[in-house]
Amino acid sequence: MTRRLYIPRETTASSLGAEALVTAIAAEAATRKIKIEIVRNGSRGACFMEPLVEVDSNDGRLGYSQISIDDVASLFDADFINGGKHPKSVGLVDELTWFKNQERLTFARCGLISATSVSEYEQLGGFVGLKKAIAMQSADIIQEVLTSGLRGRGGAGFPTGIKWQTVAGAEAEQKYIVCNADEGDSGTYSDRLIMEGDPLSLVEGMTIAGLAVGATMGYIYLRSEYPLTRIILQEAIDNAKTAGYLGNDVCGSGKAFDLEIRMGAGAYICGEETSLLESLEGKRGQIRFKPPLPALKGLFGKPTVVNNVISLATIPVIMEKGGKHYAGFGRGRSLGTMPFQIGGNIKFGGLVEKAFGLTLRQLIEDFGGGTYSGKPVRAIQVGGPLGAYFPAELLDTPLDYEDFAKAGGMLGHGGVVVFDETVNLAKMARFSMEFCAVESCGKCTPCRIGSVRGMETIDKIVAAKDEKDREAQISVLTDLCETMESASLCAMGGLTPVPVMSAVKHFRGDFQ
Amino acid sequence: MQSVTPRKFADFSLAAASEAVEEFRAQPGALINALHKLQDTFGYVDEAAMTMLGKLFNLSRAEVHGVTSFYHDFRRTPPGRYTIKVCQAEACQAMGSEALTDSIKEALGCDFHETSKDGLFTLEPVYCLGNCACSPNIMVDEQVFARVSSDTFKKLSASLASNAAEVK
Ligand SMILES: Cc1cc2nc3c(=O)[nH]c(=O)nc-3n(C[C@H](O)[C@H](O)[C@H](O)COP(=O)(O)O)c2cc1C
Ligand code: SF4
Ligand code: FES
Repeated sequence: MTRRLYIPRETTASSLGAEALVTAIAAEAATRKIKIEIVRNGSRGACFMEPLVEVDSNDGRLGYSQISIDDVASLFDADFINGGKHPKSVGLVDELTWFKNQERLTFARCGLISATSVSEYEQLGGFVGLKKAIAMQSADIIQEVLTSGLRGRGGAGFPTGIKWQTVAGAEAEQKYIVCNADEGDSGTYSDRLIMEGDPLSLVEGMTIAGLAVGATMGYIYLRSEYPLTRIILQEAIDNAKTAGYLGNDVCGSGKAFDLEIRMGAGAYICGEETSLLESLEGKRGQIRFKPPLPALKGLFGKPTVVNNVISLATIPVIMEKGGKHYAGFGRGRSLGTMPFQIGGNIKFGGLVEKAFGLTLRQLIEDFGGGTYSGKPVRAIQVGGPLGAYFPAELLDTPLDYEDFAKAGGMLGHGGVVVFDETVNLAKMARFSMEFCAVESCGKCTPCRIGSVRGMETIDKIVAAKDEKDREAQISVLTDLCETMESASLCAMGGLTPVPVMSAVKHFRGDFQ
Repeated sequence: MQSVTPRKFADFSLAAASEAVEEFRAQPGALINALHKLQDTFGYVDEAAMTMLGKLFNLSRAEVHGVTSFYHDFRRTPPGRYTIKVCQAEACQAMGSEALTDSIKEALGCDFHETSKDGLFTLEPVYCLGNCACSPNIMVDEQVFARVSSDTFKKLSASLASNAAEVK
């Protein structure tokens, strides 16, 4: 009998040797005359376990974690194909608390199926949402999204249904769906994981968006740092086309929808939606003045939905199970689930999808197992390079949009970067200014020049000869940050002061 | 360790460049695709291609220039056999990317945006490779390597060098 085993085709697994592993396992099986089929799934999101090799068993999938080519012979000796015990066995993967304690809606399929297979996608509920949407009026699809309470997962947290309503209401012969797959925030990788592990959910979500607002063309703006993602996503798009889910007649609906991937070119600012649209039009990625909103005048001047990958990939489950079901998770105005990504100095880093409201501590200690180094946590940056630095004292802050904002932070795209006690926050603050200087689009002075001034001022603070001098320089920095905050055209210059001033506030002692 | 086969770039000529980007002629806003195509083909975007691109997209030469220089990805000079990008962003910093970066610069004898003397490696900074749970990360051409230390880098660069010697 041919045994199925699973080895992810995915960036993390690949960065830890998965491709060589596939070759080695296939070769060893051939030598031993054992028939196997290697399924190339996505990652389940437990990055720390990669490469995670799984085999089918009667009770579910059994895992072998952190497998390298050096383990191959001993795995076969242990008869892992039939679930044999091995020092690297982790048992039934679904039973591991790391997975069991998650609430997976958006990522329910990710890592379970051969990533680009339409039939495996369908077997786990794929395209049910689209088929429902086809039978519905545009306004009813949008109502379902409004009911779900879904807010944009790209960072700004704007209600997705309201954005769609605006685009649906605009009169135009051509409208567009644009997926923001620029994922520039450091410490984030949920977009990548879903595009590599369950790309058809993005294809389905964009198609539903097209039906809802009356758009026939979609673009996915993908960052160039993700070359493997591009290959997998393109394969998924091609397969969806062949199966009749994209093209001139989506699923026999008589409606058209098509998708194209466009690559970015290494500019962080192109994640901002108006800059992204400029880039899609083949221009310099400079910020546009708003209004007009992209919803009314977006790509090539046409009404355009710009949504993050996770926002769009969450639409299928909302349509499949209903907006009410989705809104049953989370609390207050933060409804549904959020795929948090734990990174940096962390023992068990990876993607944790969970209803809003768990605390940073639960995420970092219960799921993450503390720091990789074993030293105490000293600082946490949540929400990417424009997010605040929190001290360990704030670990009990609940992760929802409002509560986190109250504590001076923002959830952003859900990245959580952990630092141990060796971190120096003056250095990190300087880096924030440096990053802003490197990535500024150059359109406004407070951002372009202010960031350079900021670096110099932090250097002066650190080099100050006495406390009085230091205080004086800190007040220069504070004024500078206030100017950047109030006079920048977009959040690049406007929010860079957040990590900087949070570092000053919580880690004053590092600035000397 | 994952091996990386060195890329092969074509020698630049205007005729070859025009042919490479012809497919984008009718595509709205495809200038960036065209720039990527040139860089994938020749390893960089040659100055001599600017006027041709302008004609293709109905832009002035200066406008094409402006776009090319805006994006960090586009090089104006030929790269080494491999391009190595070292992640400088926060999660990798939390795992010692600063010291790793120093040791890589020392091992290659060059700074960021430079190519090692032997012409093998071009070194670039990058801000997040989306592999932040397994930091520090580097990328060699299109292959990411996770949890890189200065020791593993030395082994990697030696194996890359020997691959390059085999594939001329
Ligand atoms: C400097 C900057 C960078 C951004 N980068 C991204 C990004 O990489 N991905 C993303 O989805 N949104 C990013 N955003 C937010 C987008 O402007 C926009 O709000 C989002 O794409 C809307 O989609 P959503 O409503 O589904 O979140 C960025 C914003 C700013 C100001
Ligand atoms: S704040 Fe910075 S990135 Fe934003 S528009 Fe101004 S210069 Fe450009
Ligand atoms: S911060 Fe280096 S890979 Fe994300």
